Amino acid sequence: MALVVKLLVQRIALGLLLLFAASILIFVGTSMLPGDVAQEILGQSATPEALANLRAELGLNEPALTRYLNWLGGAVQGDFGSALTNGMDIATSVKSRLSNTLFLAFWAAVIAVPLAIILGLTAVRFRDRWPDKVISGFTLASVSLPEFLVGYLLIFIFAVKLRWFPSMSMIYDGMSLGQKLNAIAIPVLVLVLVVLAHMMRMTRAAILNVMQSAYIETAELKGLMRFTIIWKHAFPNAIAPVVNVVMLNMAYLVVGVVVVEVVFVYPGMGQYMVDHVSKRDVPVVQACGLLFAAVYIGLNMVADIVAILSNPRLRHPK
Amino acid sequence: MSELLTIRDLKIGATAYPPGEPPQWLEIVKGVSVTLEKGKVLGLIGESGAGKSTIGLAALAYGRGGVEISGGEVLVNDRDILQSRQKDLRSLRGGEVTYVAQSAAAAFNPARKLMDQVIEATLEHGRMSKSEAEARAVNLFRVLGLPDPETFGSRYPHQVSGGQLQRAMTAMALCPAPDLVVFDEPTTALDVTTQIEVLAAIKTAIRETGVAAIYITHDLAVVAQVSDHIMVLRHGETVEYGETDQIINSPREEYTRALVSVRKIQHVEKAPKGEPVLKVENITARYRGVPRDVLKDINVEVYPGQTLAVVGESGSGKSTLARVITGLLTPSDGQITFDGRTLSPAMPGRTRDDLRQVQMIYQMADTAMNPRQTVGTIIGRPLEFYFGLKGAAKRKRVAELLEKIELGDGFLDRYPAELSGGQKQRVCIARALAADPQLILCDEVTSALDPLVADGILKLLLELQAEENVAYLFITHDLATVKAIADSIAVMYQGEVVRYGPKTQVLSPPFDAYTDLLLSSVPEMELGWLEDVIEHRRMESAGN
Repeated sequence: MALVVKLLVQRIALGLLLLFAASILIFVGTSMLPGDVAQEILGQSATPEALANLRAELGLNEPALTRYLNWLGGAVQGDFGSALTNGMDIATSVKSRLSNTLFLAFWAAVIAVPLAIILGLTAVRFRDRWPDKVISGFTLASVSLPEFLVGYLLIFIFAVKLRWFPSMSMIYDGMSLGQKLNAIAIPVLVLVLVVLAHMMRMTRAAILNVMQSAYIETAELKGLMRFTIIWKHAFPNAIAPVVNVVMLNMAYLVVGVVVVEVVFVYPGMGQYMVDHVSKRDVPVVQACGLLFAAVYIGLNMVADIVAILSNPRLRHPK
Repeated sequence: MSELLTIRDLKIGATAYPPGEPPQWLEIVKGVSVTLEKGKVLGLIGESGAGKSTIGLAALAYGRGGVEISGGEVLVNDRDILQSRQKDLRSLRGGEVTYVAQSAAAAFNPARKLMDQVIEATLEHGRMSKSEAEARAVNLFRVLGLPDPETFGSRYPHQVSGGQLQRAMTAMALCPAPDLVVFDEPTTALDVTTQIEVLAAIKTAIRETGVAAIYITHDLAVVAQVSDHIMVLRHGETVEYGETDQIINSPREEYTRALVSVRKIQHVEKAPKGEPVLKVENITARYRGVPRDVLKDINVEVYPGQTLAVVGESGSGKSTLARVITGLLTPSDGQITFDGRTLSPAMPGRTRDDLRQVQMIYQMADTAMNPRQTVGTIIGRPLEFYFGLKGAAKRKRVAELLEKIELGDGFLDRYPAELSGGQKQRVCIARALAADPQLILCDEVTSALDPLVADGILKLLLELQAEENVAYLFITHDLATVKAIADSIAVMYQGEVVRYGPKTQVLSPPFDAYTDLLLSSVPEMELGWLEDVIEHRRMESAGN
């Protein structure tokens, strides 16, 4: 057991180290942009005195290292400073935005992950027969189409023609869960279609790889049903690669949905960041960057932890 | 007569897809017939490619890979299973007929507990309730001599040894109380001292459960211990079928006689002469990250033109010794003297001539050759690398070497995939000889080969030794091979040389405990040998 704990501690420490490195990259990257924040805020009305005052007020005269440490120290405590453009507290704005994004990602994942695994298992069960080909063909087609195209297509069908769901996914605090789900139905569907293929194909490939093993032949010679063999003997040994690709796609659902959010005018993180990038609101961009990095690193860390825990050799040492 | 299994004119084949040619139907089993009564054991013996595993699996109506059963009948309990529907086949497999694979280590699912896997088929086919099946499994664990039978099933496959896993697989096969068990080389992958335990356990279990069995192996001495009848197969056809006693003691066919008398190469040991070509002194070594020594204070010598056999079980450090001698693993202590000069402990410190003088031949000839190079390129490479030979001179020398290994220059442009196992190993020998070394390290070079082919390789090695005066350090776990080839022997156990000296001395009493165990575990081609050894050991341990 000590070995597993050691590996887990190592992996978590590595994740934190990566996040730290990412924070440096984000800070350095945004600092290297031409012009400075004080200049941005004051714009045309900048006088040398006003600039100097504001710089002193914002702490821009401090050395880069001090500024970085101040920023990181604040970020760790959940304080990202305030946005330059509207002076609002970034943490507060991000909170509602992030929860919206997670809400969308959660429902997309709830549908896509089990569906991808079931389709993957089914494709293996009927390998090279028509169900396999239909599943592979459909998922490949869905991943090949750009998501904005799929988005507009589904809006046309479900919002314009059938009038089942709204085309814009505005959600706000007072809505009931049912209303919210109704509002995000189409973007969830788009996201499912986008991430389904990758996870399904990886599940299929990972299980087919395991199906070559001698213990699968043992299971066949025990007279087990084909699906029992896949589910009980193959799948437990394919968990690590499957979880890995699932986590990559979950990360995508959080950090890569900008296009979908824009298409559906959904008030999520992606849109928030894009807005502030175009306004050169550096503190907001830094905060978003750090959060996205944290989500990405965190989910991949979860994948590795699951891989470690799913390995019987590590879980039950000699 | 109650016939459990009747095989009539069984024909099995596979479709081969040679590149650039239309698909071809290859017949693997060409019309084999045999019957097996309830409670009897049939031994199937033959070289690889004889079709013995294929016939064994046909008793479960199963074709491995692309293998298809194309004709004949297989009757189990008077039902033709080749005509059965998928649903009926499932209740046959794992119910009436079960299977024990060669490599239990690969045949167990690493992610599930042993007990779950052992009773799985029994539950699937509704042959017992869960508690009954578990009780039966525990009892089988006990009969098979597994440690802590009550809790053995709660372990995972990687937590038990290879020999234990093989016995667990036997328990798995016997748990559903089948009518027939197919044992497919169940002891081939085991060390000789483990093999005898597993063999005795299997025999006890067969006797106690009264189950019928097909026992497949390439080792006639092993099959003689467990079977009532033996069928000798070659190229998918029956060579001879008879009672075990008749096959062993009065074989009718030439091929059977060859199998019975295999490994009877006589080699008279040579006395040490001159200065040793290789001197290994006080070598201690360990792998990085492993907190214990794999080799402990090893001292051995090899004389020019002679063979030192290093014998021991897997994990005893034999191959590590070879790695140290080649410089692949730097020892933590001790020194290696070659031809009077001290060799650098690590490979980068050795000259090209040092490297040339020590060559290696490996167990798996398959993986030791680049599959995309021709035999000519493979053998030519050391000629080019060490002697700078090119063009016609190189080709001429390669042809000479091919002549020496009894293949001829017709093989120059062939690829490894076009060679048989024995031919591949010969090419590896030629490659080692091409460097004109004084010492060749042979690491289990005959272990993956059929007995008759292995005999041919050993004879060739002995002839080449006489011609070229090359010394061998011959690593093996097989004592028959040792007897056939060695001048001196080093017995290794857990990283130490426990016994070392000239062959006759090492193989004569008084023995140390380990060497005695090792020697007495080698199956002999003699009925009742297994019982005698087990009885002998029981009495000895009772006496102590």
